[in-house]
Amino acid sequence: MALELRDVTKTLGAETHIYPTSLKFEAGGFNILLGATNAGKSTLIKLMAGLEKPTTGEVWVEGQNVTGVLPQKRQIALVHQFFVNYPHMTVFENIASPLRVQRMSRSDIETRVRAAADVLQLGPMLDRRPQELSGGQQQRCALARAIVKESKAIFLDEPLANLDYKLREELREQLPDILGERGTVVVYATSEPTEALLLGGKTALVHEGRVTQVGRTTEIYHMPTDLTSARVFSDPPINFAPVTKKGDEIWMGESITWPVAGDVAALPDGPFTVAIRPHHITPFKSDQASVEIHGPVKITELSGSESVAHFEINGEIWVSMSRGVFPFRVGEMCKFHMTPDDCFYFRPDGQLVAKGRRNG
Amino acid sequence: MRPRSVVPIIYILFLLLPIYWLVAMSFKTTNEILGGFSLFPQEWTLDNYREIFTDPTWYWGYINSILYVTINTVISLAAALPAAYAFSRYRFLGDKHLFFWLLTNRMAPAAVFALPFFQLYSAVGLFDTHLAVALAHCLFNIPLAVWILEGFMSGVPKELDETAYVDGYSFPRFFATIFIPTIKAGVGVAAFFCFMFSWVELLLAKTLTAVEAKPIAATMTRTASSAGYELGLLAAAGVLTIIPGAIVIYFVRNYIAKGFALGRV
Repeated sequence: MALELRDVTKTLGAETHIYPTSLKFEAGGFNILLGATNAGKSTLIKLMAGLEKPTTGEVWVEGQNVTGVLPQKRQIALVHQFFVNYPHMTVFENIASPLRVQRMSRSDIETRVRAAADVLQLGPMLDRRPQELSGGQQQRCALARAIVKESKAIFLDEPLANLDYKLREELREQLPDILGERGTVVVYATSEPTEALLLGGKTALVHEGRVTQVGRTTEIYHMPTDLTSARVFSDPPINFAPVTKKGDEIWMGESITWPVAGDVAALPDGPFTVAIRPHHITPFKSDQASVEIHGPVKITELSGSESVAHFEINGEIWVSMSRGVFPFRVGEMCKFHMTPDDCFYFRPDGQLVAKGRRNG
Repeated sequence: MRPRSVVPIIYILFLLLPIYWLVAMSFKTTNEILGGFSLFPQEWTLDNYREIFTDPTWYWGYINSILYVTINTVISLAAALPAAYAFSRYRFLGDKHLFFWLLTNRMAPAAVFALPFFQLYSAVGLFDTHLAVALAHCLFNIPLAVWILEGFMSGVPKELDETAYVDGYSFPRFFATIFIPTIKAGVGVAAFFCFMFSWVELLLAKTLTAVEAKPIAATMTRTASSAGYELGLLAAAGVLTIIPGAIVIYFVRNYIAKGFALGRV
């Protein structure tokens, strides 16, 4: 089973929602669309599902052109960010509805609905109405309706975004089991880089209507091909700064410098952009090759056991994130450490040209 | 009785006074009504009601009214449901203007339309039929129903439609078995307002009918007949006219509260 977009574009009036895009998704594992809100993930899903017609280009499923085929005929399933259920039907009727439309026999429907309900732990709630369920259960009901029928593709459009933290983690852990190995293409849109990493599989980065990079999730995390992809696949946002290579040294501003190593040594002298992930900037010295940087702290956040500090350096705001609780004070000059091996180097046009020796 | 409940009780008594007077009158004889002030019927009589239920010119008034009100409600909803769906789901050229224009239809007094309707219906042979009144009332009721239903429909996320299509529902099936049940409160509220406006509207109903489809309100407003003043009879007719509205309100009271909550009614 495979799902393909071939040079698909979508324009609405003068606005371009999707620039020419070709994507191929296979069955097995998650196919993740990662991008910020309004990046075009939902539009891509609607195009694949047939809910919107591409302006140009084609959609292929299993070697067949389905561009003009109605969503009703495509044998697909869809789960939205909002918990969409049919409010006047019970949970049982909700899950059964796609099967009833297919005129499946009563006993088959009964068996399948019960099986799907068991997988999603909805067994005791079958006679209730969706609005009597908690948010998590409502979304489980929507998921059950998506997996109850045979479908060629299942689309999940930020299915966990409206759940609270605890439920989100719980359901995310169960998702691979729920969707199982069913020979179905699973497309999962999310705006959270962490979620993409946790689910693994393959990821396509989406930014302002363009797919910037596609590949195995961990690979593209470790090797963003350009600045945009690096920015999309980092949370908190990745830190950037202009640097200059002069001989054997990299200079960031007037005062910060480190020696070149590995691939970086082969670069010609000149301006580059360096990028480093927030968790590689720590308030403690972690490595022999550590570079010391200073800056006034602007904002501090403490999330669970992680300390986040936003600080200013050479006019840029950088973010440091580290495990443990550190007593940052707003307005205070703080010392941070980074390792050149963790840096990505981009050309002025945004293409990745070199990276430090360590992975991501 | 606690002091703070005094004011509402007085207010409610004040509101109910004319209705009480009407009900009391309906059980009096005309002589007693004309005879002077009496708080209760001195001599209870059911003759007024008996007269209405046995005299065809009276009870056909009710049947005629109920017939054209029902036809009007059905036509209004049948036309307004698809129209409201289009307004809530699609963007098309001039949609906002059209929507506003629909509402402006309600801003002209019915008297303005009485003459053109009268002439038109006479010319095409619709005069003095139930359909004539029902169609004339559509002029007010369809825009109103579209407006109410559009509010309820816009409260339903578009994702519901998409989910249903993906689940395999065709559009007509989705509309009938999923969408309408989802907004049934709105359908209830719209039907109620269509019923109410059509039931209380007198001018067009009176102008467009003569004998065959004469509404109760027209029958009732002839104050004197060959037998002189029949005030008791008119009061009884008035009581019977209030009842259908009261019954309908009882059934849709919760939906109307919801309609107010959605800010459309």
